[in-house]
Amino acid sequence: MAMHLASIFFTMILVDNYVLVKFLGICPFLGVSKKLDSAVGMSLAVTFVMVLATAATWPIQTFLLTPVDAAGNLKWDMGYLQTIVFILIIAILVQLLENILKKFIPALYRALGVYLPLITTNCTILGVTVLNIDNGYNFVESIVCAAGAGLGFLVAMVLFSGVRRKVEQAVTPVCFRGLPITLVAAAITSLSFMGFGGIIESIFGA
Amino acid sequence: MSNKPSKFKILTNGILNENPVLRLVLGTCPTLATSTMASNGIGMGLAATFVLLCSNVVISALRKVIPDQVRIPCYITVIAGFVSVVQMLVKALVPALDSALGVYLPLIVVNCIILGRAEMFASKNGILDSALDGIGMGIGFTVTLTLMGTIREILGSGTWMSGLDGLFPFLPEGFAIQVLPASIDPFTIMTSAPGGFFVFGVMMAAATWLTTRPKKEKPSTSAEAAEGGNV
Repeated sequence: MAMHLASIFFTMILVDNYVLVKFLGICPFLGVSKKLDSAVGMSLAVTFVMVLATAATWPIQTFLLTPVDAAGNLKWDMGYLQTIVFILIIAILVQLLENILKKFIPALYRALGVYLPLITTNCTILGVTVLNIDNGYNFVESIVCAAGAGLGFLVAMVLFSGVRRKVEQAVTPVCFRGLPITLVAAAITSLSFMGFGGIIESIFGA
Repeated sequence: MSNKPSKFKILTNGILNENPVLRLVLGTCPTLATSTMASNGIGMGLAATFVLLCSNVVISALRKVIPDQVRIPCYITVIAGFVSVVQMLVKALVPALDSALGVYLPLIVVNCIILGRAEMFASKNGILDSALDGIGMGIGFTVTLTLMGTIREILGSGTWMSGLDGLFPFLPEGFAIQVLPASIDPFTIMTSAPGGFFVFGVMMAAATWLTTRPKKEKPSTSAEAAEGGNV
């Protein structure tokens, strides 16, 4: 069991990295990765909200939208409401978290606060909640998967903020200045992550 | 509002000058993820255009009713409603597209193009203008996705428009146009993640060059300098 969870966790960080392999959360990846400390702050906020959102949406999907009785049949099917319900939960959760942090943990709020409003429209959060349901993970697996996805986001952001520092100093053709050359650099970073393909299977023997 | 742009201008604005993907850099995630094949690009683009048009119209109609403080949650609810409609339609009518787009179909909700146009355009303009803006932006998005899908598909698998039969059932099954001769090994990396970033970067540079290069009257020195510097 522990091996299985570890395999999910490391797969999410290295092989199925949300940013560099699955193309989720590209906007914050390009927007906030200019400085190392803001990249870390944003990624920690994302990881935090991701785990919370998964913990909130998994029970709602399982017990409210598509509950299953003892024989394994659907009691009722409201799966079509998934998108609306999930995005509203995430929006409420982010707002709630912002208020709670502001009131009780002001230090953490100062560190993460500016990134919180951006997170509602970050596709990694909605993506991880929907993918957990699609993959048929149970509650523990979903939480582990969300934490792994968040840390994968952190790894990608931190690595890329370093790459970006170098790229900004390089002399590039005028039309490549700014985002285009950043994207080409992202291509090479993403290429390096392709090297991890298959590593999890050989370590954990999945 | 003294200098009101014409209806035609609003419609064509989204195609090159304010192309949502290449110039405004919105909606990058679905762009990179679904442009592995030209046909997926068309499907994704049309789905997003539908949501964009409907949400722009509804938000524009409600712009005087929605209080300013809670506008973002209201917009998201409207958008999520239309995305659910699209999800159900696609699942019922084009199941092949549903499996090709996977999680990116529900993720249209958090596509920044749609929320961005709601905030920047539909909340300030009339219904007709907003509808035109939605269509224009949608066309710009679809064209970019298809173009990018074309480049990645031709280089990465040597074919063009494969999978289009899932989108349009009147086409023969297994429809695809072989572009590169089979003797050339396709450049598989183009269809995977690094190729996506790379093609996107190059296309963005091309769009910048097209929109900012000096007009033909003047000798285009800076554009030539840009090309000359490309070593």
